[in-house]
Amino acid sequence: MPDANEKKGLIRRFLDMPNDSVGKTVFVAVTLCLVASMIVSAAAVSLRPVQQANALRDKQSNVLQVAGVYDPNVSVAEAFEAMEPHVLELDTGEFTDQFEIDTFDELAAKGDPAIIRALDEDPAGLGGSMQAFRMVYILRSEDGGIDKVILPIEGYGLWSTLYGFIALEENGNDIYGLQFYQHGETPGLGAEVDNPRWKALWNGKKLRDEDGDLQITVAKTPPAAGREYYIDALAGATLTSRGVDNLVRFWMGEQGYGPFLERLKAGEI
Amino acid sequence: MAQTRKSQLVDPLIDNNPITLQVLGICSALAVTSSLSVAFVMAIAVTLVTGFSSLFISMLRNQIPSSIRIIVQMVIIASLVILVDQVLKAYAYEISKTLSVFVGLIITNCIVMGRAEAFAMSNPPVASFIDGVGNGLGYGVILMTVGVIRELFGSGSLFGITILETVNNGGWYVPNGLLLLPPSAFFVIGLLIWAIRTWKPKQVEEREYKIQTVEAH
Repeated sequence: MPDANEKKGLIRRFLDMPNDSVGKTVFVAVTLCLVASMIVSAAAVSLRPVQQANALRDKQSNVLQVAGVYDPNVSVAEAFEAMEPHVLELDTGEFTDQFEIDTFDELAAKGDPAIIRALDEDPAGLGGSMQAFRMVYILRSEDGGIDKVILPIEGYGLWSTLYGFIALEENGNDIYGLQFYQHGETPGLGAEVDNPRWKALWNGKKLRDEDGDLQITVAKTPPAAGREYYIDALAGATLTSRGVDNLVRFWMGEQGYGPFLERLKAGEI
Repeated sequence: MAQTRKSQLVDPLIDNNPITLQVLGICSALAVTSSLSVAFVMAIAVTLVTGFSSLFISMLRNQIPSSIRIIVQMVIIASLVILVDQVLKAYAYEISKTLSVFVGLIITNCIVMGRAEAFAMSNPPVASFIDGVGNGLGYGVILMTVGVIRELFGSGSLFGITILETVNNGGWYVPNGLLLLPPSAFFVIGLLIWAIRTWKPKQVEEREYKIQTVEAH
């Protein structure tokens, strides 16, 4: 095979050059970059399916946990079939079918301009824009009625954006649970948002009072409205608590799921 | 001075420890030691990266043009770090979530570069590999020691298993919040260096200056 010989001869010629010659320098740099990039991209491509499955399972198990139906003995994918996914248009509070459920997450992850809208006020620290459509999940009770709705929420804490879910009862006003699945808050202080005892505080709290005003508060002292709207702030994590307060109030308010919750309350869903 | 294989591996644990004697890799030692399981994975990752980057750099050492040698080292180290990161994301997702940014920062860990430049560039592959692994383990020993202190007294647990029941969970132990913040690792590492140098006075550096006594006029 004359071709291979010639190639070998070429590489040998480069290898035999003095180390500091220009040709050798370029040769080493190019070869090394080629080899390294091939190894790295091979690893990235071959491991991607496993990684995506991990990320999906992690998110799904969080949806299950926040709805209180997580069972470590049942596979996450199987248990997750009970969840009914919908793409929700935030402004109208109505479900839309202009997106494929299966590919919506991908679209959202890419920040597709079609689903992004600018924010006038940004109390949750979302960076001035948010998704106008969100994937929400409905858990139905045995008779087919709505048992719980699980809504994704996010906002800035002290160091990081906290990503999580809030689960509401069918009346759209009683909180069942709240859970963050990704954040970078200080371990032991802000990261206590993951503490089961603190998360348990959310259970049974109400978002709005009888007049429909948003009252839910994370603070050091109970608000005037009463304790059923009050979650005790985390000790030593004032800014994380304030972030959680802001993001919950934002997402439950008019710019967030407000229209949807009203329709839910009126039984239009 | 010829070193045996064993001393190459064991020396960096205490006698020539990259953190306490060479004072390298402090930044990540501050960042990842607030919980032990994270510190453990980080220690393994750094050991693998130092070991294999030293191995590959040593294999190429006779071909690397000196004008781009640091870049060559960086490319090899960075590729290995990305590999580690990808594997963690695929097979240890939970831990990679808490570790993610720090895995990437192994690239900037001075220990990896230090061993590549100081040892692997002038020694044969197997010796370089052992030297790299030894230094990674030396880093790991300190990381784990600091991690035990910080997690036990900062959150009352070890590897996430509760040892001292904290007040937050209805127990008696009031955790020391300072230990959860990165600066506390400075104090812990400082005290460790003090302890090791008291135990092995040979490690104390000579003063670079002499205090002069001025005679009275």
